[in-house]
Amino acid sequence: MATLIDLAETPVRDLNQALHEAPVASWRVLNPRGAHAVACGIRGNFTVDIEGHVGYYCAGMNQQATVTVHGNAGTGVAENMMSGTVRVRGNASQSAGATAHGGLLVIDGDASARCGISMKGVDIVVGGSVGHMSAFMGQAGRLVVCGDAGDALGDSLYEARIYVRGTVKSLGADCVEKEMSAEHLAELAELLKAAERDEDPADFRRYGSARQLYHFKVDNTTAY
Amino acid sequence: MEPASHGLRESATFDRATIHAIQRAAETGIYDIRGWGAKRKLPHFDDLLLLGASMSRYPLEGYRERCDTDVVLGTRHAKHPLRLATPVTIAGMSFGALSAQAKEALGRGASEVGTSTTTGDGGMTPEERGHSKHLVYQYLPSRYGMNPDDLRAADAIEVVLGQGAKPGGGGMLLGQKITERVAGMRTLPVGIDQRSACRHPDWTGPDDLAIKILELREITDWEKPVYVKVGATRTYYDVKLAVHAGADVVVVDGMQGGTAATQDVFIEHVGIPTLAALPQAVQALQELGVHREVQLIVSGGIRSGADMAKALALGADAVAIGTAALIALGDNHPKYDAEYRELGSAAGYFDDYQDGRDPAGISTQDEELAARLDPAEAGRRLANFLRVMTMEAQTLARACGKAHLLHLEPEDLVALTIESAAMARVPLAGTNWIPGEGL
Repeated sequence: MATLIDLAETPVRDLNQALHEAPVASWRVLNPRGAHAVACGIRGNFTVDIEGHVGYYCAGMNQQATVTVHGNAGTGVAENMMSGTVRVRGNASQSAGATAHGGLLVIDGDASARCGISMKGVDIVVGGSVGHMSAFMGQAGRLVVCGDAGDALGDSLYEARIYVRGTVKSLGADCVEKEMSAEHLAELAELLKAAERDEDPADFRRYGSARQLYHFKVDNTTAY
Repeated sequence: MEPASHGLRESATFDRATIHAIQRAAETGIYDIRGWGAKRKLPHFDDLLLLGASMSRYPLEGYRERCDTDVVLGTRHAKHPLRLATPVTIAGMSFGALSAQAKEALGRGASEVGTSTTTGDGGMTPEERGHSKHLVYQYLPSRYGMNPDDLRAADAIEVVLGQGAKPGGGGMLLGQKITERVAGMRTLPVGIDQRSACRHPDWTGPDDLAIKILELREITDWEKPVYVKVGATRTYYDVKLAVHAGADVVVVDGMQGGTAATQDVFIEHVGIPTLAALPQAVQALQELGVHREVQLIVSGGIRSGADMAKALALGADAVAIGTAALIALGDNHPKYDAEYRELGSAAGYFDDYQDGRDPAGISTQDEELAARLDPAEAGRRLANFLRVMTMEAQTLARACGKAHLLHLEPEDLVALTIESAAMARVPLAGTNWIPGEGL
């Protein structure tokens, strides 16, 4: 039986304090009504189900917990997540999973611009499409896009891997298409399974860093 | 032959440093990247003088009558504000830019005198946390090494929008300093020339910043002061926006502020001097009715108790030092002159912090060089310097009749030059004239 917290009556501050202090096995949060910073900074192996739309930074810096948003999420959902799982049943706004170090972020709908910006090890699976500058400066982890990607995908990419099933409007500086080997097909299959998706890995293309911008060189002037 | 003694004349426009810069650019095809801060002559605190007491003011007896130095930072919203014994703090400098030994020494020195030190781009090291009584955790655009456990372990959080050496620019750390440990902390490949983002990845503008600060407070249960640091440019507006966004403390870093690696053109040509920024910041706080409620820390070229006293008199609550702290640890010491010369520099000129070959063992990741710096001994030197700064400021404050450093006020100051009078908004010495007043 989940512990129920109704944000129509309880301030977000009290919700977060409760989640930080005495985590029980499962929580259900009602009436989020676009509130910011819902269930952020939580630690522990428990579940939080949020019944509605959330504002900025929902589940920010999550550690171990499983957070599900039964609605849409605003800017920076699961930003800097360290571990655990965050799932958005609807769409997500900008900078979903920004700088996240670990864990799994699943967005069933579309994600907006800068999805996975500066990602540092997180896995992100987007059921729909992502906006421009997604995986910008992505350092590590995997971004899977089942729909299309906007402009400048993977700009200034480090070692993050990107898989896209649909079209890519344009690739950013130093991002190139790469060969899809058996190893990549296998890891993609695992990611899709973890996200409860049924797309065929063979339909995806892989993108990564050409590693041409790793050192400052005069020949790269136009890229800077 | 000494060229000048034979009537040869150096060009003021194309001086030797300029000629060398052109030649260097032509040969290498890449802009000059270096450490340190602006080296050009700028209006600064040296251009101000304090008016000691005489007939119309009552001085305090040096060494006998008290002149307190304590300051509390973060009183606006935080449950646990920082209580410092002296209003001089250590500015943010990263592990990566500096050796682990240097970071430890900064923590030791600051802790010995009861003040704070600050992390930098690349996260918090155990050496630093372990030796810092008061540690401010920087929250930067790159979020390298950003970890919620470290956030909770910090005593304050500093959201960094920019720094005085390069407002509007991101950081860089060249490949020779990206060792395995540094790369691991930043999740980067070893040996690459690392770029740090110049904008935060998940917020844009002051309205978003207010929500970001809310999130940081929620994560840390409203315990820790949240600072907002800006490089000095449009300081009046930036400070107002930082206050509106919810900052407990605003940090303003003038263009003399140091860096470990930035383009020379950026260091010398972007931003405004500390002296010009400080009165703008104070004006913004006063107009919002939060001067002293939201504390102001000023940095960029602070070198002495005199600089500190003058900054406090202009309305700062504390100052921060970076370059001066490194010099106190041993940077640019004459005993390394021969080695500086081997690197094409000299003691007193060395600014190649980006290069990682610092003979003093401070701005390096080379294990042998870093081992030259004894953290305990260097920490003691820093503590000595911080004590001297504090005593110097107390001496000046007592002479002005102040029983606390924070009682110093603009009325205690005059300016030596028209430029500094206009910037600091204090009268030109010997006159009642404040250029620009009433405009």
